[in-house]
Amino acid sequence: MAKHSVIESTTELRRSPAAHLDQLMAAATVTGQRAVALREIAFSTQISLRAVPGSAGHQALAQATGVGLPQQVGQVSGDVSGTAVLWLGPDEFSVFNAAGEDLSPTLEAALAEHEGQVTDLSANRTVLELTGQAASLVLRKSCPADLHPRSFAVNQAITTTLANVPILLWRTTENGWYLMPRASFTEHVVHWLVDAMNEFASEPVI
Amino acid sequence: MMLIDCPNCGPRNETEFKFGGQAHVAYPADPHALSDKEWAQFLFYRKNPKGINAERWVHAMGCRKWFNALRDTVTYEFKAIYRAGEERPALQSTDGGTR
Ligand SMILES: [Zn+2]
Repeated sequence: MAKHSVIESTTELRRSPAAHLDQLMAAATVTGQRAVALREIAFSTQISLRAVPGSAGHQALAQATGVGLPQQVGQVSGDVSGTAVLWLGPDEFSVFNAAGEDLSPTLEAALAEHEGQVTDLSANRTVLELTGQAASLVLRKSCPADLHPRSFAVNQAITTTLANVPILLWRTTENGWYLMPRASFTEHVVHWLVDAMNEFASEPVI
Repeated sequence: MMLIDCPNCGPRNETEFKFGGQAHVAYPADPHALSDKEWAQFLFYRKNPKGINAERWVHAMGCRKWFNALRDTVTYEFKAIYRAGEERPALQSTDGGTR
């Protein structure tokens, strides 16, 4: 009997939404006083959690994430180095893990029969990282949110818009941001950012 | 740009919100008992006041939650914002409410 060839793992076949824009993003890098750089964080884990605060499901999930659940707008439980949970709404959260750890089984087991929802949405959003002295200035060309450190501290995240499309915006460091548009907006957002970064390559006109 | 004070997210640009029509339009207790005219009234007929209007809004680009607002249709000012399911608040004053 002929031996069937079996694909052991599909991991090698994966293609991230911004993979084909890699060179474009790298070429747009600006160095110096007004530095700004853009890259994709590919294949992270993103899990949507739905549970009403005060419910048994909410309690179970808060325990299972290992970092709790954020309680109000802007809050992030945990941080970008491990597992983080972003607040999307009073009863909606997004679990993020850059290393791509499979967190679903643990969360699903914890929620069990309680009211709520655990959905793996890892392919839903593209994760783009914008870093550098001028990163906030690039965002300010289009994002309507108040990005001043006074109202947008490190490790805070909100839902807002960039280039007229909805994004999750997460300040991971003083000069670093994670931008998470839905995957189908990747092309649009990356091209908009590359265009917006361009002016910082030349001296400011005063 | 006008800021609208989402009950969950605080003040955000109006472009993040969508208007959802008149608030407090109750679904008929027994829709089958309604005449065609009454059903049409429920479905399509809404107030169009000059002044304070109770309206539904949704923070579409934010927390995606619905809430109610009292808005002055003359000045566009939001005079009060309250959660879905809450009673329409009595306005203490009709002076500015928009941030
Ligand atoms: Zn909101």
